[in-house]
Amino acid sequence: MSFNFADVAAVRDDLAKVDYLSDEAIAGVVFLAERLQKPILVEGPAGTGKTQLAKSVAEMTGSRLIRLQCYEGLDEAKALYEWNYKKQLLRIQTERADDHDWAEVSDDIFSDEFLLTRPLLEAISADDPVVLLIDEVDRVEVETEALLLEILSDYQVSIPELGTIVAKQIPLVFLTSNNTRELSEALKRRCLYLHIDYPDMEREKEIVLTKVPDITENLADQIARVVRSIRTIELKKAPSVSETIDWARTLMLLGVSQIDEKVATDTISVLLKYQSDIKKASKELSTADGLSA
Amino acid sequence: MTVVQPPDPTVPVELGEPILDLLTGFIIQLRSAGLPVSLTENLDAMEAVKHVPLSDRDTFKYALASTLVKHHNHWKAFETVFEVYFSLRGPEYDIVDESDLPELDDEEHDEPDSGDQAGAGAGDNLTPEELQEMLYRALMRGDQPMMRGVARQAVKRYAGMEPGRPVGGTYYLYRTLRNLDLDGILERLLEQDQDTDDDPPSDFEERLRRDEYQERIDKFQKEIEAEIRRRLVADRGIEAMAKTLRKPLPEDVDFMHASREEMASLRKAIYPLTRKLASRLSRKRRHGRKGPLDFRSTVRHSLSYGGVPVEPKFRNPRPHKPEIFVIADISGSVAAFARFTLHLVYAISGQFSKVRSFVFIDGLDEVTTYFEGVEDINEAVHRVNSEADVVWVDGHSDYGHALGVFWEKYGNEIGPRTSIMILGDARNNYHASESWIIKEMADKARNIHWLNPEPRSYWDTGDSIVGDYAQHCDGAYEVRNLRQLEAFVDKLV
Repeated sequence: MSFNFADVAAVRDDLAKVDYLSDEAIAGVVFLAERLQKPILVEGPAGTGKTQLAKSVAEMTGSRLIRLQCYEGLDEAKALYEWNYKKQLLRIQTERADDHDWAEVSDDIFSDEFLLTRPLLEAISADDPVVLLIDEVDRVEVETEALLLEILSDYQVSIPELGTIVAKQIPLVFLTSNNTRELSEALKRRCLYLHIDYPDMEREKEIVLTKVPDITENLADQIARVVRSIRTIELKKAPSVSETIDWARTLMLLGVSQIDEKVATDTISVLLKYQSDIKKASKELSTADGLSA
Repeated sequence: MTVVQPPDPTVPVELGEPILDLLTGFIIQLRSAGLPVSLTENLDAMEAVKHVPLSDRDTFKYALASTLVKHHNHWKAFETVFEVYFSLRGPEYDIVDESDLPELDDEEHDEPDSGDQAGAGAGDNLTPEELQEMLYRALMRGDQPMMRGVARQAVKRYAGMEPGRPVGGTYYLYRTLRNLDLDGILERLLEQDQDTDDDPPSDFEERLRRDEYQERIDKFQKEIEAEIRRRLVADRGIEAMAKTLRKPLPEDVDFMHASREEMASLRKAIYPLTRKLASRLSRKRRHGRKGPLDFRSTVRHSLSYGGVPVEPKFRNPRPHKPEIFVIADISGSVAAFARFTLHLVYAISGQFSKVRSFVFIDGLDEVTTYFEGVEDINEAVHRVNSEADVVWVDGHSDYGHALGVFWEKYGNEIGPRTSIMILGDARNNYHASESWIIKEMADKARNIHWLNPEPRSYWDTGDSIVGDYAQHCDGAYEVRNLRQLEAFVDKLV
């Protein structure tokens, strides 16, 4: 992991070049992660660009992105490595015909050739620089988390039959979590922690401007302001950044240049996904005094 | 601890003794604020600050945060400790008394129409009206440095801070804000916008504008708070301040004594909590539960092993879904607690076959229907507070009568699958306890739990008669904060 960022500002600029608008905290943690060679645990509400951060860092550094999508029931065979036992069986059969020594065969079938690498092992054994993304790590069971510990702290994988495989180069690791459960202390301790929240108005406006082509500054500004107002209302699910972008695109398609109340209430279903939220927000937005808070 | 000079940025980034001491002290403060900082995290933080320029306050802060704070709820506590601990370190944070408003001069030159204020560069000479005017203009433009200047001046002038006076920061804040009339300024800002526009803005636009200005005012208020904190730290020293400013983490906030702000953070914390709890409970139900031994099946399978029961067989677990009755006291002081508990119970109502809820003060009413088919639990809780018929005589808690009503109306609906939760402090205003009802209920129900939001040491003092009731319950629990509430619900299911 020798990308050698000069300083935090450089990280920020480089991220901006690949259309990811970071802030002080995000750039700072990415910078530190590279220096300290530690994984980053990214938490935050859905749709604020956690996964995108990993993708953008990969793009920025020109590394390969290896992604492990977590789900309930994920196990060693899917995450780390697996023995290709069909191939092993074939080998044993061919060897038997030639009447070989058993010890020789057993040594043989537990070698690199019969090892199927899964994302984690692949990231460790890669020769080129990689960014490893372990997505939605909160979906695996607490017990499965332990699988990750060795790789996160020592960047190595122990395979009983083969020995320990140590990383040739240390990958930059991102773990994302939607916080549906508390991650174990052991996991958290090994990571740098980054919480990505909804961006402030200025940053959101910039994001809209970069992500939606041909949008006018005026419209982007209005969009950011409306979204901020909606987020102050107590809702089941506040609009995320990606929903803001969707909304901006919708407005562009409709040819809107000025957002008024009617446009806002007509298209609000792009921003909000619960019927009760939509009702509440429409009601709130048409009252002037903002008594919601 | 004595005040350490701001580190010289030209010094190469080598961890010298002073910095180590500084960080150690900081981590001690974090720990005493309740943040769990482990030894490795401590070492990581030391390692991390080697890589960032110490002169860059924000980067320094995020470097510490990313290594020391591993939970978003703890962020606020971290920030407070950080601001106090490093408040006097950093050039732009020096306390300069002579000229608090250096930016003002430039402003005045730009604006010829405010000539009457020219030369008022040193903030001390301003009249209160002029200060007000400056604040108004700073807010209108969203001018951050000017807002900071005004904040400093306002604190200096209005807070009336005297060295060594044992008064909390909130008192000074109140005094400063009282003199500034921020609500008036908000109205003025909005009116001014209307004057400049030709046609009156729609409600929608006005709402957006109000939010915009409100946010600026909030920012300004934060500046004032920071200024007061800075001055207090200068006066009393870091350790003393960190102690007075220490606030409990959201999960430790006491329901009965939460401030409005803490209530808001509690409300925010409860939603992820319920989600977490629900997913944990359903997981628990799916895994690791086996039914009782299936004797017949075991014997049949033993035949293939020559009659040895090698492979014991179990019945499928019977889904055990209790029926929950929540009986909540919603009088004055315990109302907040009842609200959170109802919220939590309904959020995980999928885990129960049925949830019925009753609220009482001295009368009792069933409110189950309020929660049925509503997506927004807050609204339902609001309806409970405004619509339920819970007052019988005078609106002071009367547990005896309320329980009597319950027993009479709903008593025969309690069955062997019913779990009953009673929420309240059992402060009965010296009415009759009627605890025999609890005994009868306990005999019929599967179990009955009493949740009391008061500290255990207050139980059975004054008019509290929780002991009378608790002797018939399967358990009485002190539930004063979210952490305890979560632990209880976890155990219940």
